[in-house]
Amino acid sequence: MRGSKLWRLAVGATVAGLVLAACSAGGGGSKEPVKIAINPWVGYEANAAVVAYLLETELGYTVEKKTLKEEISWQGFETGEVDVIIENWGHPDLEKTYIDEKKVAAVAGETGNVGIIAWYVPEWMVQEYPDITDWNNLNKYADLFKTSESGDKGQFLASDPTFVQNDEAIVANLGLDFKVIFSGSEASSVKALQQAAAQKTALIGYFWDPHWLHAQIKLVPIKLPPYSDECYADPKKIDCDYPQYALNKIVSKKFADTGGKAYELVKNFTWTNDDQNLVSDYMTNQDMTAEEAAKKWVDEHESTWKAWIP
Amino acid sequence: MAAPALPLASLEWRTSRRFWGVALLIVSAILFVALRNQWLLPHDDDAEFFKSLNGLRDWVDANRSSNLVFVLVVNTIRLSIAGLFDLLQGILIGLTWPGVTVLAGAIGLIFAGRRMAVVMVAGFLAFGLLGLWESSLDTLALTLGAVVLSLAMGIPLGILAGRSDRFQSVITPVLDVMQIMPTFAYLAPMALIFLIGPPAAIIATLIYAIPPAIRITALGIRGVSGTSVEAAVSLGSTRWQVLRKVQLPMAKRTIVLGVNQTIMMALSMVVITALIAAPGLGLDIVQALERVNVGVAFDAGLAIVIMAILLDRLATRASQRVDVRTRSGAAESTRQRRVVVLGAVGVTVVAVIVGQLVAGDGTFPDALRITFREPVNTATAWVEANLFGLTNALKNAVTGVLLNPLQTILTTSPWWLVGLVAVVAAFIVSGLRPAIVTAVCLLGLIGLQLWQHGMETLASVLVGTAITLLVGLTLGVLSARHDRFAAVLRPILDAAQTMPSFVYLLPAIALFSATRFTAIVAAVIYAAPPVIRLVEDGIRGVPATVVEAATAAGSTPRQLLWKVQLPMARRSLLLAANQGIVLVLAMVVVGGLVGAGALGYDVIAGFAQREDFGKGLAAGVSIVLLGVMLDRITQGAGGRPTGPGRPVAVVPPGTTIQAGVTGA
Repeated sequence: MRGSKLWRLAVGATVAGLVLAACSAGGGGSKEPVKIAINPWVGYEANAAVVAYLLETELGYTVEKKTLKEEISWQGFETGEVDVIIENWGHPDLEKTYIDEKKVAAVAGETGNVGIIAWYVPEWMVQEYPDITDWNNLNKYADLFKTSESGDKGQFLASDPTFVQNDEAIVANLGLDFKVIFSGSEASSVKALQQAAAQKTALIGYFWDPHWLHAQIKLVPIKLPPYSDECYADPKKIDCDYPQYALNKIVSKKFADTGGKAYELVKNFTWTNDDQNLVSDYMTNQDMTAEEAAKKWVDEHESTWKAWIP
Repeated sequence: MAAPALPLASLEWRTSRRFWGVALLIVSAILFVALRNQWLLPHDDDAEFFKSLNGLRDWVDANRSSNLVFVLVVNTIRLSIAGLFDLLQGILIGLTWPGVTVLAGAIGLIFAGRRMAVVMVAGFLAFGLLGLWESSLDTLALTLGAVVLSLAMGIPLGILAGRSDRFQSVITPVLDVMQIMPTFAYLAPMALIFLIGPPAAIIATLIYAIPPAIRITALGIRGVSGTSVEAAVSLGSTRWQVLRKVQLPMAKRTIVLGVNQTIMMALSMVVITALIAAPGLGLDIVQALERVNVGVAFDAGLAIVIMAILLDRLATRASQRVDVRTRSGAAESTRQRRVVVLGAVGVTVVAVIVGQLVAGDGTFPDALRITFREPVNTATAWVEANLFGLTNALKNAVTGVLLNPLQTILTTSPWWLVGLVAVVAAFIVSGLRPAIVTAVCLLGLIGLQLWQHGMETLASVLVGTAITLLVGLTLGVLSARHDRFAAVLRPILDAAQTMPSFVYLLPAIALFSATRFTAIVAAVIYAAPPVIRLVEDGIRGVPATVVEAATAAGSTPRQLLWKVQLPMARRSLLLAANQGIVLVLAMVVVGGLVGAGALGYDVIAGFAQREDFGKGLAAGVSIVLLGVMLDRITQGAGGRPTGPGRPVAVVPPGTTIQAGVTGA
């Protein structure tokens, strides 16, 4: 028995030695890697893919991508896990905490994309019931939207709990006979909308643009009372449409101070909704990886991105 | 306490039990009709209690970098675990893919024999061929990190629990909570305390994976016969000697089983930690989900199933070998083993060197690829397009006939009526102690301000359990009676249990929409395998002589089943019911992702959004309360002991591969 133990020791030592040798063989570059948070929607990934691709090919940085929910990404500024959020939708509370109070983050300009949140129905419903797009008529059609979940009211499908959503307040304050059901995630909402289009089932729900789904199926927004600042003064009393968001970029303070050319590129990055939808479409519907999609877009749009390179 | 010693008394109790049960039903039905919609506890998202928990969160956030406990203790833990992960990851990358693959084969050869070596090599090559080499190794490194720490703490704690009744009775409820607490519920606090990234992921995994290590080690130590220990003590052994020379060696096989369980639990948890910035296959699945690409998620899910099977089979074979060798005395084969070990090490060294030369950066060649993307996506699209009518009708039927009525009863009855019925029912079914536990748990639900959501979740869990048991009984009985059916079913069950549920959620949504029923379907897929196995095992466990006797006496197969096999397998069936409930409950949170709302959604919202942190935490605790309550009631029904020293309470996810192996 003793002999076999010795053997094991010897084996262990050999393996350990090998490992050390193997480790020391690896090496890294000299520039600090840029850590980009990947928030969980494809439009975001499109931004990140193109920025990362340019950082790597044009400026010679390495990029670490980390898939994180929005709030958790902000926490990452504090811990050093995250340098860049490349598409930020509002979040005044987080801006207050991390930019004003903790001073670990900073705004790095707008992305050029305009975020629109709206209530959508599949196109077939508009063809069948042309006046459905006016919120005043929604109660007339509430019965169509009844499901096993909504009881005797119509179902309104809200989405992921992280997103900015005021639907419960809007439904209540406009006196609509609808019950808000949360799909729980973006993917659930997408699947539900796809299925509503394919099976011609009735569905009304929260969705947004830019999003690749708009390239695949046609969704029509419902006209709600127009947005106003007064209407948004008290979150419980909201009875109007969502505002439009000028999407921006947030970076860690450290990255803004020491990020050099990488920071410059992130700050300069700005493009249109069409640009983003194109890259998103490459990734989702044409089965390209983020890298392949970014490369294809970059190859075809040199005039757009040349201006970003510091 | 519900199992009096005399059969006569037992008969009396059973009859009166039935009487009281019927009485309870009638009285509560009358009260329900009379008092409906009064004494309700409606849900309030902005309850003061939730806000006070948010205050706790903000305090941690504000003091993280100034408070001494955080600076000294928490940060040290975080950095050392980060170091451990970096080391493991560095080793795996440094060995390069040929090195790792051959090393896996060598480990298989040394610990589990030639066949296992081949399986290991094939499995690791599959990771590469699927294009998931790096993700797989990240997942492996996370799993190993969590397992190493779980065992380093769990085995000593288990030994302590095995030797001290008092410690055992203290730690058992703690372990119950750790196992029933939904993962999402503690991901947010983990990220809060240990920040995001691999360290928090490893700690979260540890919490989930350590209970079986402790429980099964304790079980092993307690299983060592008293006479062996006494003999050693009378020969003058000290307590330490008794432990080292008698208890540990004799409990070795059981402890290895605990190691196996810990690995499987860790692997199932590691996937979910992708949500707090842990790398690996979980991340691939989450990303695929985002793009609504089931095929891509399937590839990653398949890699996880393969990894689970490799680790499970390796640990199982190794434990069987330990067993054989301790029994036969290893001396005569030592020399042969030395040659094997030396050869294996040699080949590994060569592979690493070759790897360094050929694949310097350690990545798997891109040219070799197998993917199931296309066929899976095609199949999914077909199913979604053509089965919708059928599945939609099924959903509506089950929701209308079972789920909605049950939920209406639970949510529109006065709260005290629901509580009273539950407590009395627990007493009738299981006795005094479970009744007290039930009362405490329900009061806890009220205290946490989540009565309404708790009742909604309870309704889904009860319907889910009913369907699970129906499926489990049917397939379990079929498996027990037809060997060929069992053989076909077994790998499907393995896959159903280890395939991360995220992979099949999307098709489920397409078929059943974003509803509570979709959540129930996911729960049934997850919970049915162990139930099927326990039912099969119970029926196969009926002694052949009894079956022969019944057949000789002229029983038809149907009579044999209903009058002999099922009654005699009663204990297994009750255990199956117990497991079914606990596992269905484990899927409540996943249900929140597909439109089931209630507690599951509260937990997810709390994880994702800071203003809901308090509500999410409270919802996580509420799920534990429901779990403990249902667990105690069903355990008591089997007349099994509920005190300390009872066997492993919860068959953890992933266990069933094990059950399949040992049960065969």
